[in-house]
Amino acid sequence: MNSTTLSSSAAGIGSADSTPPRRNSKRPKYSRFSQQELPACKPILTPKWVIAAFLLIGAVFIPIGVFSLLASRDVVQIVNQYETDCIPEGSRTDKVGFIRGPQDKTCHRTLSIRRHMKQPIYVYYQLDNFYQNHRRYVKSRSDLQLRSPENEDETKSCQPEGTLNGTKAPIVPCGLIAWSLFNDTYEFSRNKRQLTVNKRGISWKSDRERKFGKNVYPKNFQNGTLQGGARLDSSKPLSEQEDLIVWMRTAALPTFRKLYGKIEVDLNPGDVIDVKLQNNYNTYSFNGKKKLVLSTTSWLGGKNDFIGIAYLSVGGLCFLLATIFTVIYFIKPRELGDPNYLSWNANPGDH
Amino acid sequence: MDSNSQNEINESSQVHDFVHKSLSNRSISSSKNSGGHSLREVNFAELASKPVRHGSRGADSEGFSSSYKEMNDDDARIIHINDPVKSNEKFEFAGNSIRTGKYSILTFLPRNLFEQFHRVAYIYFLVIAILNQLPQLAVFGRGASIMPLAFVLVITAIKDLYEDYRRHRSDKIENNRLAWVLINDEFQHIRWKYIRVGEIIKVSANETLPCDMVLLSTSDSTGVAYVQTTNLDGESNLKTRYAKQETQVSHPESKMISGLIKCDKPNRNIYGFQANMVVDGKRISLGPSNIILRGCELKNTDWALGVAVYAGRETKAMLNNSGAPSKRSRLETLMNREIFFLSVFLVLLCVVVSVCHGLWLRRHKGDLDLMPFYRKSDYSGGKVEDYNYYGMGREILFVFLMSVIVFQIMIPISLYISMELVRVGQAFFMIRDDQMYDETTNSRFQCRALNINEDLGQIKYVFSDKTGTLTENKMEFQCASIGGVDYSNGKECVEDGHIGYPVQGGEQVLRPKMKVKVDQELLDLSKRKNLEEGRNVRDFFIALAACNTIVPLTVETQDPAVRLIDYQGESPDEQALVYAAAAYGFTLIERTSGHIVIDIQGERQRFDVLGLHEFDSDRKRMSVILGCPDKTIKLFVKGADTSMFHVIDKSINSNTIKATESHLQSYSSIGLRTLVVASKELSPILFEQWQSSYESASTALMGRAALLRKVATNIERHLSILGASAIEDKLQQGVPQAVKSLRKAGIKVWVLTGDKQETAVSIGYSSKLLTSKMTQIVINNNSKESCRKSLQDALLMCKKLGTDSLAAEINQLALIIDGTSLVYILDTDLEEQLFEFASRCNVVLCCRVAPLQKAGIVALIKNRTDDMTLAIGDGANDVSMIQMADVGIGISGQEGRQAVMASDFAMGQFRFLVPLLLVHGHWNYQRMSYMILYNFYRNAVFVLVLFWYVLFTSFTLTTAITDWSSVLYSIVYTGFPTVIVGILDKNLSRDSLLKYPQLYGAGQRQENYNKRLFWLTMLDTIWQSVAAFFVPLLSYWGSSVDGSSLGDLWTIAVVIMVNMHLAMDIIRWSWITHAAIWGSVISTFVSVMIIDLVPLLPGYWSFFNIAKTELFWMCVLGVVIGALLPRFVIKVVVQYCRPNDIQIAREMEKYGNSRRDSQLEMNQIFDPPSR
Repeated sequence: MNSTTLSSSAAGIGSADSTPPRRNSKRPKYSRFSQQELPACKPILTPKWVIAAFLLIGAVFIPIGVFSLLASRDVVQIVNQYETDCIPEGSRTDKVGFIRGPQDKTCHRTLSIRRHMKQPIYVYYQLDNFYQNHRRYVKSRSDLQLRSPENEDETKSCQPEGTLNGTKAPIVPCGLIAWSLFNDTYEFSRNKRQLTVNKRGISWKSDRERKFGKNVYPKNFQNGTLQGGARLDSSKPLSEQEDLIVWMRTAALPTFRKLYGKIEVDLNPGDVIDVKLQNNYNTYSFNGKKKLVLSTTSWLGGKNDFIGIAYLSVGGLCFLLATIFTVIYFIKPRELGDPNYLSWNANPGDH
Repeated sequence: MDSNSQNEINESSQVHDFVHKSLSNRSISSSKNSGGHSLREVNFAELASKPVRHGSRGADSEGFSSSYKEMNDDDARIIHINDPVKSNEKFEFAGNSIRTGKYSILTFLPRNLFEQFHRVAYIYFLVIAILNQLPQLAVFGRGASIMPLAFVLVITAIKDLYEDYRRHRSDKIENNRLAWVLINDEFQHIRWKYIRVGEIIKVSANETLPCDMVLLSTSDSTGVAYVQTTNLDGESNLKTRYAKQETQVSHPESKMISGLIKCDKPNRNIYGFQANMVVDGKRISLGPSNIILRGCELKNTDWALGVAVYAGRETKAMLNNSGAPSKRSRLETLMNREIFFLSVFLVLLCVVVSVCHGLWLRRHKGDLDLMPFYRKSDYSGGKVEDYNYYGMGREILFVFLMSVIVFQIMIPISLYISMELVRVGQAFFMIRDDQMYDETTNSRFQCRALNINEDLGQIKYVFSDKTGTLTENKMEFQCASIGGVDYSNGKECVEDGHIGYPVQGGEQVLRPKMKVKVDQELLDLSKRKNLEEGRNVRDFFIALAACNTIVPLTVETQDPAVRLIDYQGESPDEQALVYAAAAYGFTLIERTSGHIVIDIQGERQRFDVLGLHEFDSDRKRMSVILGCPDKTIKLFVKGADTSMFHVIDKSINSNTIKATESHLQSYSSIGLRTLVVASKELSPILFEQWQSSYESASTALMGRAALLRKVATNIERHLSILGASAIEDKLQQGVPQAVKSLRKAGIKVWVLTGDKQETAVSIGYSSKLLTSKMTQIVINNNSKESCRKSLQDALLMCKKLGTDSLAAEINQLALIIDGTSLVYILDTDLEEQLFEFASRCNVVLCCRVAPLQKAGIVALIKNRTDDMTLAIGDGANDVSMIQMADVGIGISGQEGRQAVMASDFAMGQFRFLVPLLLVHGHWNYQRMSYMILYNFYRNAVFVLVLFWYVLFTSFTLTTAITDWSSVLYSIVYTGFPTVIVGILDKNLSRDSLLKYPQLYGAGQRQENYNKRLFWLTMLDTIWQSVAAFFVPLLSYWGSSVDGSSLGDLWTIAVVIMVNMHLAMDIIRWSWITHAAIWGSVISTFVSVMIIDLVPLLPGYWSFFNIAKTELFWMCVLGVVIGALLPRFVIKVVVQYCRPNDIQIAREMEKYGNSRRDSQLEMNQIFDPPSR
């Protein structure tokens, strides 16, 4: 019986046990990718390349540095700090009280032009120590509301300047940013002749066209208990309130300038500019400084020597490094790929 | 405790019942054999759960005591045969439906989330996301903060869902398979899932078993069934299982017995089973040979009846269905230390921010109300109250928490995901490497553990098994010494088979499957029946053919007239011997439990198997009692020489014994495995004595194994020697070269084997582990004191030889130690001395070691040093060592798959270790360590840029960089190139790495990832963040720039800088690398543009406005050059002035010309090289 069983089932076993035919081979398919042999470039930092790289960086950076520095030097800017000077002597002990009081806050400053200023001359106000990037502040706005009148109730993010004193009436534009809109004003005159300040086009076109609605009008603005800053003309849509638009582009740093307007005539050396300014804005509660800035512009922007100096120093450093490396390569030449440098060749028996 | 003898002699997990019908119709059952089994048991299941004394004889006593153990009702399950209702009424046993799928539709979400959140990193992520949902702490937009976590969770969930779907599908197929089950006294076809414990199931040939069952009856009258356990342990040979004679019926439909089975609770030990069966009031004990397991296939048996004892998830197959043990790589452990530093750093940043914020609040306490940018008071509600102000203490706390949220990516969570991806990529390349594909077994490299790829680059010690790992474990009968005469001249191969005695089997010719070289002289001699020598030779070959547990199977061939006999058995040695016997005309053609049929040179003879004593590791031999055709009763014994010479009667044939001993000496000196064969004729009185003691021993309820061993020892005495056989265990291809490469790479190769010392040493020589230049120190001792003394001597000698490296180079030491000595050394105070000495040796050979000792030796090194250990083996006896070592490699070869199942990696050949370690290990390590450092840098630099900005916002955690950019930074902006470089970059080509194995030292010395590098990277990070932050800041200081624009500048600058940093360190630029780097820079620009195209975000259009200006681009260029300059300079200086080996090799790859190549060849050959 046993032998018959053996042979009867032998076929099955045979098929299971016989060596697998080659066609089932699990040999991995060859490809350059799977064998990690893709063609590749293997750059090696040879002395030639290193020196060339340093020279190249130097050659690129030094001219850029020189040009930047020249551009920055070309910019003429006049800075006038006025937050203390524009408080009458008697009130300087209580600046906050003065600024919040009903007194006339007109103040006269004179600026004398030393170098020729080519138009357009940009008029900025600069605030120091004003944290427009404070977390409470930057979040306190409603971009939805700014865009279209349907969303005027979207004031949740605007607290505590979202709705009018305890009512449900929304403030448009809401939020701390809009509420604290800068409200000092400047009037310039040269030789008793008024210099017009062009206040159009000081904001980004993209903001005017797509961020601030053409049919959104200020509502309940600055009607609360506490007045923060400028009032808005409620007959003009937000898209035309350029001061607001500029202000709402919150500054990156606690010291910042914002464009006030442009003077579109040249100013000559010796000119004396009278500035009649309304010192309304309260920076006294946090020791903020206010400055009036008149500045021309260059391809690089305003007056700032840093980038030029930085480029010059990096470029110079690279030239220096190139020299140092040349010296090293001469003093201590090493043939690349010399097997004698392999540790086990260098000192046998130590591996 | 001699594990190798498992190979030398069949250790076989199957146990025979011997039934001799002419003498008695009652069954005599042998059961659990303690030796072989307990070894396996301990390896398999108990290693993890119990503290194991390495080197003690614990393994043996374990099995021993378990046979004494009376089964307690509490931990047993009781099954009523053929009465599923009663079986299940008291306890609800699991049904037979299986669910490997983890989830159902309802439970998927909670369970999957629960499992995913087992990772600490995810919890950190979640806590931060939750914190961010609190209105006071909302730093990021809600969507932005949840997205990364959600992204990862969803991806993983989808992967899990897909896998689970596939499992469900296969479960469904499995559950709906059909089986014949006895219901109401007739067999019905029912689905597997409805099978219940206690039911009787009929299985036919070639069917898969639906559940674990105790065999009741088979088509074989003696109750034998053959099963193939490929699905369970991968071993493709047939195993024999037995039904008890009490339950054996001749026909499946005949009257069914009823009874009671008391067995173990379900456990995962597939080699252990203990039960009692009560049938007709008789108590029968059952062992592992009486149970057939789910997943096995019934072969060679028409039908088998069994009673279901474990079903469904309680079956042993299902209980064993768990993956490989998870290990954590060395690099990851180190990385976690660095992550701790980073968390300290993170907390530090947060403390700085919150303290500064507190100070700021205090200074401006009076002004807060009116400050336009703070406005503490809320006037809108009629009465004045504080708006969002909760007092100093809480404000500081909130700021602290917010800063944790903002700086969260300081802990690089994305790193965990990138590492996972990189490892998958590396595994892909390892699996696909055609240099690690084994043609002979048609097997690819397997990555079973995915998280220790990089450990392969740091191995310092390789512990290798010998048999099947260094050698092929394909045994070939080489020569024999019979009656004191050495027959080792036979070299001509039998091709045409006319000498090889084809056997007539019915109409067809039967022929052994394997051909063996024969010695013509011996062949001629074997045909002379009348000569004394001829008889001796015949007995010798009969012993070889009979004294084993081989099952012959016939296999069809293409030629219908010829069928092959395939000898199935667990021991390759036995197979070799049976094939050898067949070549000399002693062909085993049939084996049942009661008799065997041997075709002796064309003449079929039937031998009754009256008794069989299994191999066990104490006796180191096995024996069989045969009733010969000439009515004599003979005992044949074969075993290891050491054990055999104790039991051979020295008085008879003393010359033969001496000659045989010297032959054995010479056989093993050329690396052959030897066995001694002896026999004795039993007188009827002696036989009867034996029979009665055997019967009482095999029915004993307690200590059966010990009793059986005693019976065997009693009969195996005063034997007369027949001869000795020598089997060649061939070295695997390329082993000597591989060993040489590994040694050159600074890896210490230790061989741990169960073999004899002589065999081990000879393999050591042939595999180039040992050289004649080495000083061999041998420790073979039998007591602790002598061990102590030898170790002290050895250490003294070591000191005398000198400690400096030069001396070590000249005086190479080899330690050869045996298992007996290790018993006295491991786990005692001598361990320390052994370690001290062994670590100075170039080679260590441990012979005659037990599996647990192997693990003990690995532990000896692992626990005392930081060096990485790798264990490689192929058999069950290597499992403990594989699990103990840092990296375990299984050879998927001859000896079954247990080693593979326990391993982290599996491959076909030992020599693949070289490409695996030297090439892939090196790459993996270098890639992974670079990737980790780079990830730390990448995230820290971003966090620091955020941090510097916070210092300019009165410490209020405003970020100029948009929320979305912060979230996308580590995923989209910089994530992709990291992974690509982690997968694809290679510092050196495969050829260089293989040519100079010494380059592997970089990993061993932890050159690519260490504390120094970490802190240097962090210094660099601080500088780069300063450059990236302050260049734009100072360039725009006092200008009218708005936050979003400057934020965009920072985003772009940091991303380009970080990508250029990576680009600077990339060694090989393939098109994929280019695509990844430039692609991610471009995608950053695109993302920033898209973000700035949303009119509802405050940063609308800012990128377009600022990118118009020259200053923007000058800042970007300045940041990138300025930030990377120091790193570049240091890199150049180090590469030029203090080049490491890898750098030199890289240069050689590029500039090495032919002249140098030839010079190197010379260096390679003439070692040591001259300068």
